[in-house]
Amino acid sequence: MNLRLRIWRQPGPAAEGALTSYDITGVSPDMSFLEMLDTLNEQLAERGEEPVAFDHDCREGVCGACGMVINGQAHGPERTTACQLHMRHFADGDTIVVEPWRAAAFPVLRDLVVDRGALDRIIGAGGYVTAPTGSAPEAHATPVPKESAETAFENAECIGCGACVAACPNGSAMLFTAAKVVHLGELPQGAPERDSRVLDMVGQMDTEGFGGCTNTGECATACPKGVPLPSIAAMNRDYLRAVRRGGGR
Amino acid sequence: METALPTVLGMALATRTDRRPSPARLLWRSTIGKKAVMAVTGLIMLLYLVSHLLGNLKVFAGPDEMNGYAHWLRTVGEPFLGHEWFVWLARCVLLAAVGLHGVSAYQLSRRDLAARPVPYAARRRATARDSYATRTMRWGGVILALFLVWHILDLTTGTVNPRGRAGHPYENIVATFSTWYGNAIYVVAMLALGLHVRHGFWSAAQTLGVNRPRRERALKATANALALVLTAGFLSIPLAVMTGVVS
Ligand code: HEM
Ligand code: FES
Repeated sequence: MNLRLRIWRQPGPAAEGALTSYDITGVSPDMSFLEMLDTLNEQLAERGEEPVAFDHDCREGVCGACGMVINGQAHGPERTTACQLHMRHFADGDTIVVEPWRAAAFPVLRDLVVDRGALDRIIGAGGYVTAPTGSAPEAHATPVPKESAETAFENAECIGCGACVAACPNGSAMLFTAAKVVHLGELPQGAPERDSRVLDMVGQMDTEGFGGCTNTGECATACPKGVPLPSIAAMNRDYLRAVRRGGGR
Repeated sequence: METALPTVLGMALATRTDRRPSPARLLWRSTIGKKAVMAVTGLIMLLYLVSHLLGNLKVFAGPDEMNGYAHWLRTVGEPFLGHEWFVWLARCVLLAAVGLHGVSAYQLSRRDLAARPVPYAARRRATARDSYATRTMRWGGVILALFLVWHILDLTTGTVNPRGRAGHPYENIVATFSTWYGNAIYVVAMLALGLHVRHGFWSAAQTLGVNRPRRERALKATANALALVLTAGFLSIPLAVMTGVVS
């Protein structure tokens, strides 16, 4: 396959960026989107040009490092991560526009790489359970109802890639935050800190400059892991209850 | 583990000396809280609109019925309440609701726009979820706010009404809908209302945490039904005047 790529190039956080066109040849339909970018970078290196910077790590759809907006959609046209998106979903001769996640809370560091530290700080504000460390507890020591286990797992699938923020017209991190709040709040281990967790995480989310939720549902449509929109309703429920109860502190 | 947990929690708590603001302040400062204010005030207005529609449909019963109803409204609660106390009470609640709704909408919208300063160069087609109603909430709300001002000047104070006689709503309504601009303003506003309610009702359920995976369809169906009934109901009156059913 031969493709025309239009990629956002930006040398540094403070530098001006622009979409730059590249023609790439010899793309196999079996390549992943990242492998296609690797191929482009090899061709750029051979020409003595600066390769395109992009985040990646596991390349198997579990780490959440990769992330780019492909033709206006977070992670591209398929509901998966960019590393698991295959070039067979494009046609020979296509023009593909590749941009970084766009959000005030995700400053561009370079090309397609953004700083997602804001998500880490939301987790740091309460996305954990306070429990004694040591050897793993016996699996059946704390029974978990099946439905809770399933809800918790559905939300625990979040890999923190930030596609929800990138897809949201308001640059909101509600789905990300909700996934962690619901995952931990649903389990008995997370119950003692349920109120303070939701208040602290939402507080941090607002501090980071993410937008609010207008219930457009773009986030859940873009989520490669299928975290569902009603998780946001569940977080709202938890939040409003925590406020009524006085905040657990 | 059972005994160790409280100690660890105690340590974690002991290190935190900051206190949370009061619930009202917490709500007003957070995006979720402010959205909840929008949801509650929106639902208050929605409740009003349903009763307002039921009242308005009395035009089909003729001038005596309509004008009698308007007169009765001013006597509700007597002799416990004084004359017109009830309508003024309702007006205060509605004014507070519109004010809080509008201020929250403005503040949240500014925040939302600032959170996405750079648009994408590639525009993707709208997904099924991102409906027209969802995308028009802000401008639709502005249209509704402008309509509200005109509507009060028209049928409450009578300032811009071609007839404008206090205590004669039936005749004033017919006068309004006998003008082309009266009809045009109404039709646009009621279509905007339908769209606003269509997204707003479901959105409020999501904001207030009422939505659950199993309720999603029922809530959306209710939102559509409410939007349809309100729009069709309110539009039936100018249509009736235009076609001469009410005159
Ligand atoms: C003063 C005029 C109005 C303005 C400026 C306005 C504006 C807005 C905006 C910007 C939103 C948020 C949109 C979003 O989430 O994407 C909203 C939501 C809403 N509006 Fe209005 N609106 C107005 C009048 C009304 C009226 C008359 C009703 C009564 C039916 C109403 C009911 C609602 C409801 C129920 C919501 C959903 C709140 C939520 O998402 O939780 N609004 N409005
Ligand atoms: S590189 Fe790990 S999810 Fe894509």
